[in-house]
Amino acid sequence: MTSKLDSKIPEGNLEQKWTKYRSTVPLVNPANKRSLEVLIIGSGLAGASAAASLAELGYKVKVFCFQDSARRAHSIAAQGGINAAKNYQNDGDSTYRLFYDTIKGGDYRAREANVYRLAEVSANIIDQCVASGVPFAREYGGLLSNRSFGGTQVQRTFYAAGQTGQQLLLGAYSGLQRQVGMGNVKMYARHEMLEVVTIDGVCRGIIARDLTTGNLERHFGHAVLLCTGGYGNVFYLSTNAMGSNVTAAWKAHKKGAMMANPCFTQIHPTCIPVSGDHQSKLTLMSESLRNDGRIWVPAKKEDAVALRENRIKPNDIKEEDRDYYLERRYPAFGNLVPRDVASRAAKERCDAGFGVNKTGEAVFLDFAFNTIRYGNMEATKKGMHNPTQDQIVEMGRAVVKEKYGNLFDMYQQITGVNPYEQPMMIYPAVHYTMGGLWVDYNLMTNIPGLYALGEANFSEHGANRLGASALMQGLADGYFVIPYTIGAYLNKEIMTKAIPTDHEAFVAAENKVKGTIDQLMGIKGTKSVDYFHKRLGLIMWNKCGMARSSEELTKAISDIQTLRKEFWSDVRVPGDANEMNSELEKAVRVADFLELGELMCKDALTRNESCGGHFREEYQTEEGEAMRDDENYKYVAAWEYFEGNTWELHKEDLVYENIKIAQRSYK
Amino acid sequence: MEKNLNLSLKVWRQKNAKDKGQFETYKVNDISTDMSFLEMFDVLNERLIVDGKEPIAFDHDCREGICGMCSMFINGRPHGPKQGVTTCQLHMRSFNDGDTIVVEPWRASPFPVIKDLVVDRSAFDRIISAGGFISINTGNAQDANSLPIPKDDADESFAAASCIGCGACVAACKNASAMLFVSAKVSQLALLPQGQPERKQRVMEMVAQMDSEGFGSCTNTGACSAECPKEISLTHIARMNRDYISAELSSTK
Repeated sequence: MTSKLDSKIPEGNLEQKWTKYRSTVPLVNPANKRSLEVLIIGSGLAGASAAASLAELGYKVKVFCFQDSARRAHSIAAQGGINAAKNYQNDGDSTYRLFYDTIKGGDYRAREANVYRLAEVSANIIDQCVASGVPFAREYGGLLSNRSFGGTQVQRTFYAAGQTGQQLLLGAYSGLQRQVGMGNVKMYARHEMLEVVTIDGVCRGIIARDLTTGNLERHFGHAVLLCTGGYGNVFYLSTNAMGSNVTAAWKAHKKGAMMANPCFTQIHPTCIPVSGDHQSKLTLMSESLRNDGRIWVPAKKEDAVALRENRIKPNDIKEEDRDYYLERRYPAFGNLVPRDVASRAAKERCDAGFGVNKTGEAVFLDFAFNTIRYGNMEATKKGMHNPTQDQIVEMGRAVVKEKYGNLFDMYQQITGVNPYEQPMMIYPAVHYTMGGLWVDYNLMTNIPGLYALGEANFSEHGANRLGASALMQGLADGYFVIPYTIGAYLNKEIMTKAIPTDHEAFVAAENKVKGTIDQLMGIKGTKSVDYFHKRLGLIMWNKCGMARSSEELTKAISDIQTLRKEFWSDVRVPGDANEMNSELEKAVRVADFLELGELMCKDALTRNESCGGHFREEYQTEEGEAMRDDENYKYVAAWEYFEGNTWELHKEDLVYENIKIAQRSYK
Repeated sequence: MEKNLNLSLKVWRQKNAKDKGQFETYKVNDISTDMSFLEMFDVLNERLIVDGKEPIAFDHDCREGICGMCSMFINGRPHGPKQGVTTCQLHMRSFNDGDTIVVEPWRASPFPVIKDLVVDRSAFDRIISAGGFISINTGNAQDANSLPIPKDDADESFAAASCIGCGACVAACKNASAMLFVSAKVSQLALLPQGQPERKQRVMEMVAQMDSEGFGSCTNTGACSAECPKEISLTHIARMNRDYISAELSSTK
């Protein structure tokens, strides 16, 4: 471990680390909390839950979000569910098992202590959410319902139809708005953070732009929490919201905060395929669909060709001519293998020529088998002895509708195809970024006073995140981790008076932001921001996406450098800087993506192994599975930024004392 | 199957809150029926930028129908002609070649226009701050399964909670009433045991805030529910009215 990276993991047994830490962490007395100011950037699950919890404790909190309301943050779009080791199903779940599944699912590239803490607090999250009025799905007995997600063999996922993220976010948002109403939180909607202010190496505030007026504002804080989500939009097309961006994290990175494992991106296997050049974003079809949907392509290439040319329909292909390739390759987990494995398997079949839509980049997700199974179960329940096939299908469809209705409606709305009658077509798409700002056990970056929570940090998911674990992490960080760990820092800050924002560091930071904005407005080139963003996305998807190689990554780096130069000489940002200007907002974000993309490729190029979402073609087994290299790469790659887009790599070794590292197998 | 459309767009342009604003007409050609309505706006904006003009400002974010940010009033209907669909999920296959499409911002005085099609909906946040929550601090919760809730109640609570706060109900209402939005939150919490301790106070305070924001009264027209992209039911308004009357009659304050 290099001296710059101190993970601050408490001593002691894994099971007792967090309990002991909580009992011994220094506290801040209530009177002092009232004079300590915390700035929270982002109002998703991590940000909203942190804001509500810290305000309840008595801290003075300001929350910033670029949307028009805190309730719009992209956590709202999470569909499937949230994991918790409640063992309500009596199927053998435990804190240890959730911990183990998460470490294994992450392909042994996450910290044991952080992940164990996450598993430990997971149960409290469900309690907290129910108490705050989140209407989770329930069984007829009135108790909570669970389902399965990929990479696990227990049912530990809590859900609210296909809108779990919405319900959890609205729960956290209501807690936040309650504190706003009580005057404990000041909300700054339609504001975007554009710089971190540091004084003597310590984080002291931010510069934010009011997106309605264009005014730049200076805000002091004893601590700043970046809860700004992931950077999947570096690929242009992803399941992220249009506004999701890396800018806040990237500004922190350029001020000295290290970026960890930036190349670890999650490509989600079940998204609606690209339909044309106009495509602005991709839509996820929840992983929960893999509980009842079977994934297949034709076993015969001529059938695939016939499908692409619209000569036959999927239902014309006989059962024996279908290749349920996940069930074939991974009989133990079948359609519920983790996301990275499922995505690569889809790409493998499509690359081999078995893709089923006009672009050749789609596979089927078919509900017919389980519709019939459910239909037969309903018939049995109702005591129908000789139901007709139509009756079975009708009753089965009703069950499927109850479980996934909103997802089926969304699919039909986007594609114009009825998924109750024909199998869905899906293809992998960028969904989540495991990498992010490096943080220690306290969730603090290597800049004192600057924290990163939720998807914005790197810490719990290793090289691949399991389904339904993002919501868990966001709320764990905000509700149950930061309220304790922030005390370890703020107890030493009680003598720090609020620093006036006419301090030279604030002036300099504001001038820097103004300089960047003036420069972007002044280029007056010929191409729109989207033009550059799309080109960057293509480079990233083709060369730093589902499969990577030394040769392609090297080329990507030079392509990105060239594109960046072109951007800074030919982008056109219309309008003025002192008004609402969405093109300027995009330009600032894309400028940062153009730097991040290079670092991602560099990180991928340096990691000469395959693990989780990072698949290097040079490093695979004969069966095409990822080949890890624990001897040389069992570390967190933390990158330090230097002027002019150069970076230095720092390594944090990962120590496994409680889990025996093994080749990950889902066979 | 995919085809291409040529369309005329009449779009509301307004430089800022003080500007009077007016319609501008744009021709857009070769629009694929697979495009979403907002992707068509992307195409138009791209052209405006390249031509050196100002693109049209509009709110949008998730583009999958759940964040509630998109808010276009299309041919006289919030979120356009289809039932149960947000603007971002409206696809061009719902239109015909040669159509003229009129696009305006939400029109309601509690939602002032900021620019073009962008309005200020912060009044909704203030209504939630007035009472749209359960007053429980982090860490106080009991085990989640110690509180069984009948499935039907949980399901109905969920149906109310699926409101995305887009404001289509207000835009659709001739009185600019926010009753559907407010009642969805009141109803969600009134149906759950956790919501009972503050049930009366909640409805009184949320309604008071709604009135002070300048939203109009409800005259039971039902346009709100008919236009709601999440098809929130009018029965929530009925429940809220019952709760409000009983809270007022039994109030000791």
